[in-house]
Amino acid sequence: MKLIFERGKEGQHCTLLPVCDVPVTDLKAPKRERPLHLPHVSENELSRHYTELAGQVHGVNNGFYPLGSCTMKYNPKVNEKAASLRGFTDIHPLQPKHTVQGCLEVIKRSEDMLCEITGMDAMTMQPAAGAHGEFTGLLLIKAYHDSRHDTKRRKIIVPDSAHGTNPASAAMVGYDVVSIPSGVDGCVDLDKLKEAVGEDTAGLMLTNPNTVGLFDKNILAITSIIHEAGGLAYYDGANLNAVMGIVRPGDMGFDVVHLNLHKTFSTPHGGGGPGSGPVGCKAFLQEFLPGKQVEEKEGALAFALPKHTVGNVKAFYGNFLVVVRALTYLLTLGKEGIPEAAENAVLNANYMMHKLKDIYPMAYDETCMHEFVMTLEKMKHETDVSAMDIAKALLDYGIHPPTMYFPLIVHEALMIEPTETESRETLDEVIGVFREIYDKARENPGAMHEAPVGTYVRRLDEVRAARKPVLRFAGFEK
Amino acid sequence: MNHPTELKYSKSHEWVKFLDDKTALIGLTDYAQDALGDLVFVNLPEEGDDVRAGEAFADVESVKAVSDVFSPVSGIVAEVNEELLDAPERMNEDPYGAWLIKVENITDQEELMNAEEYIAFYESEADA
Repeated sequence: MKLIFERGKEGQHCTLLPVCDVPVTDLKAPKRERPLHLPHVSENELSRHYTELAGQVHGVNNGFYPLGSCTMKYNPKVNEKAASLRGFTDIHPLQPKHTVQGCLEVIKRSEDMLCEITGMDAMTMQPAAGAHGEFTGLLLIKAYHDSRHDTKRRKIIVPDSAHGTNPASAAMVGYDVVSIPSGVDGCVDLDKLKEAVGEDTAGLMLTNPNTVGLFDKNILAITSIIHEAGGLAYYDGANLNAVMGIVRPGDMGFDVVHLNLHKTFSTPHGGGGPGSGPVGCKAFLQEFLPGKQVEEKEGALAFALPKHTVGNVKAFYGNFLVVVRALTYLLTLGKEGIPEAAENAVLNANYMMHKLKDIYPMAYDETCMHEFVMTLEKMKHETDVSAMDIAKALLDYGIHPPTMYFPLIVHEALMIEPTETESRETLDEVIGVFREIYDKARENPGAMHEAPVGTYVRRLDEVRAARKPVLRFAGFEK
Repeated sequence: MNHPTELKYSKSHEWVKFLDDKTALIGLTDYAQDALGDLVFVNLPEEGDDVRAGEAFADVESVKAVSDVFSPVSGIVAEVNEELLDAPERMNEDPYGAWLIKVENITDQEELMNAEEYIAFYESEADA
């Protein structure tokens, strides 16, 4: 398709400005040497451009989207309705507090409910997404150790099955990362963890259920090993959807958590979101929280700066309208609906796993949580059809591929997370597709390397894109 | 898969070619490059850096993942193969020609395998 800059021509535009009724004056300021490079298109050209773009993407509104560890659940339209209320949209972050009490209440009530779900005592809504939340949470851990002049704690322990953002966030905060191998059961190896901890341990980052979709049965032992060594335990909320309203990270022994509202709490995800990665903590870390905390003062809500704040991690109050959507979701589901959503997420994953495991070998063949990981190593070995080929073949059936080649500890991995918002009928249909693709792969493996054939673009050359990236539209050079 | 008999191999899938008692070239094995897939980026140490047996000295990136490369020996980096920075695909095309670093003043080494032992090692690892 054409880029927006290749559409239209000089002089075409979308808006008709009223005739200028004040004298024209020159700005007493440095001027641009050449005009901004903006597209010149009429409104219908612009509309066609976005409609064509929309036709190229696959979202939850198009079809099944089992992208493991991403929780691509359906985003209810009622969230959008709440977030488009003028009292939330037509405001300024610096307007007088008494005129935005409702907005402050949104932040406060969301924090309270998410604290209840996670077992934390305080929360900040400022971080803009998951990795930003990790960074913020680690800043709290660092501020805590620093406040005790315990500066020898330089290391963050991360299991080898972790999301890549965990070691990256730790490195961004200035910590050294210690990777510990998982046991054969995919969970944390307690002996290896004991060997790794010491007086240089700042903390541990963990997601539970973990990235192979299993709940670590030793979680209390894990967090107490860290605490006994003087470190703090950080909960990556990526997989909270499996346990929300059922078990709380705070009760598992975690001191800091981040949540992904754009995963677990049904706010838009993918295509830039924007996301929201609130960070919760136990009371002893509250004084370090970033930004401003909403507090009740003399019958009204006001902002208060935490005593030893690590500073702002984002302007103002984070992605506020995302919080409005998440609160809408929380209030819609209520305290009965939240655990029910988690239970159905787990049920859906187990249903799919059990209907597929006779032909697709599972990396860990036991009852899973909200997602499961299959390994296509045998098929790759016997037929040269890879996890990538199967993932690409799904595209031809209008299904988004699962997460591929992750976690790294599983070879030829496909990680499938159906979420609770899919019906049994959809799951049955998808199971049928997986089985059909399996048969095709066995009958005609060579053809699998061609998939997808019916999509807007055929298989992309990922290697060339990585080795010879084109990062700038050459049209700008003209 | 090709594993030359004159080389030594580590459990983390690096090959070592001893030029003399104290000097060696280190690279990724054919098995490693095949498992990683098409390599698109490599981070190498600098000349004069220390490397220690069992510790990472470089990382390689494929379209699947970023992986550490571990040194099978302890010593000092005498040379890095800068050609790989612009052409990481050389590690896929010619894994035994595309050495990553040359180490000198070698003081220590891991327990290394010969080609036959190495093949038996990764085959048993795949079955596990």
